[in-house]
Amino acid sequence: MLELKNVGFVADGEVEILKDVSLTINERFVAITGPNGGGKSTLAKLIAGIYEPTSGQILLDGVDITHMSITDRAKLGVSYAFQQPVRFKGLQVRDLIRLAAGRKITITEACNYLSEVGLCARDYIDREVNASLSGGELKRIEIAMVLARGTKLSVFDEPEAGIDLWSFQNLIHVFEKMYEETRGSILIISHQERILNIADKIVVIRDGEVTKYGTRDEILPELLESADAGNVACDVLTQKIK
Amino acid sequence: MDEIQRTLLKEVADLDALPVGAYNIRANGAAAGRNSTANIEIVPKEDKPGIEIYIKPGTKKESVHIPVIITQTGLTDLVYNDFYIGEDCDVTIIAGCGIHNCGGELSQHDGIHTFYIGKNSKLRYVEKHYGSGDEVSKRVMNPTTIVHLDEGANMEMETTQIAGIDDTDRRTEGDLKAGAMLVVKEKILTTGVQKAKTYFNVDLNGEGCSANIISRSVAKENSWQHFDSRINGNAPCAGHSECDSIIMDHGCVTASPQLTANDIDASLIHEAAIGKIAGEQLMKLMTLGLTEKEAEEQIVNGFLK
Repeated sequence: MLELKNVGFVADGEVEILKDVSLTINERFVAITGPNGGGKSTLAKLIAGIYEPTSGQILLDGVDITHMSITDRAKLGVSYAFQQPVRFKGLQVRDLIRLAAGRKITITEACNYLSEVGLCARDYIDREVNASLSGGELKRIEIAMVLARGTKLSVFDEPEAGIDLWSFQNLIHVFEKMYEETRGSILIISHQERILNIADKIVVIRDGEVTKYGTRDEILPELLESADAGNVACDVLTQKIK
Repeated sequence: MDEIQRTLLKEVADLDALPVGAYNIRANGAAAGRNSTANIEIVPKEDKPGIEIYIKPGTKKESVHIPVIITQTGLTDLVYNDFYIGEDCDVTIIAGCGIHNCGGELSQHDGIHTFYIGKNSKLRYVEKHYGSGDEVSKRVMNPTTIVHLDEGANMEMETTQIAGIDDTDRRTEGDLKAGAMLVVKEKILTTGVQKAKTYFNVDLNGEGCSANIISRSVAKENSWQHFDSRINGNAPCAGHSECDSIIMDHGCVTASPQLTANDIDASLIHEAAIGKIAGEQLMKLMTLGLTEKEAEEQIVNGFLK
């Protein structure tokens, strides 16, 4: 169980990105959504330990991880898939999968993780994780790494971005399988309705604050309605311009 | 051969025993073993130290091992090795030098290797430098490699120097005829106050010839490196050089690439990048449970792999 208690984050000593965020996450799939610049990615980074909160507390299964390093959190069971995956000259896909698994794994095992995310393992296992890989390929390798880790908390920052050729259904299948194996929580930052559709709970973050938090049935209809309202407004404007 | 010499041999040539095929092992400035085969003849030079290696035209899938090991302190070893590779060959030459020095004085090996590669021949040349011993005893290696590639010849040169060598001044020069191709992959890691200088000069003289020089290096602690490459396009040709360096601690790297096009159809490119390990790379590996130091090691090892 992940608990955030009154978490705040001020960047560069002056810009307040998150204000007094309190959340308890114990479900299978929790989606975080909201407008761009609202603080979603910052929240993910605070959980992974990339940023340290300026106020409040973060607890994982009752353990205070607020000031814990990235490494210690990872060892405790936090996985984090970057929104923009990192490239490494020289390191191969198999190296990253092995490091993610944290043990010596067979090529077959490493290949299985790649196949799960829709990559033909034979073509990718020896590839360097460098500029020769496309953004979508990197995204999938990033997801495969989290699969290989199999931890109790997995945080994904917009996992669907750039994987348009691969069906959403497969991505959702990956999350379901991950849950079956880890029985942990999967936290997904996303704007996609199809991802929100599988969430047990949805968090809406706007202007650094949690504006809504509830079950999918409570939150999703409201979200879709306001999205439609947005489209109507656009239509009115379009009509006027015409 | 004692234990230290056997370790050096393993490090530089990956040899546990005498190699199969042609070989010449030089230990502490003298011949320690030599074998010629039906297609590859190794003969000592008469006028100066070193050997001449003759590979018959059409020799395929054969290899030559020519490791040099030094365990004697205060020894300066200079050799001239000339390689004559006939036409239509496909061979591998594994060189390498290992110095173990604990004696307090400087030990040095300067190898001057000249290659004459015949028409349409293919050569893979692997050279690994390794040093061990204490901190006060200096280990110096200054390899010079001169390659002459005839029409359609192809040479791939892989050189590796991972720490252990206090001072190195590497020089690689090449000239290429029509359709020839030269690929150089160099890897250097320096630590402490080590110095490494590497210089390339390639003349692309024939139509359709090409050169690709790829240097990856890591300068740690207070070490210093200088990369200097010159590619001269004297015909319709393609030349590419790439110097990619990671600096750590107080390491210093200078990259000084030079391209000269003497022909309107010479296509020459240089890429150079020097910088510390990107923070996000460290962070990514730390999210996998590695400490910052372990992450650094993985990144450096991968970069020089």
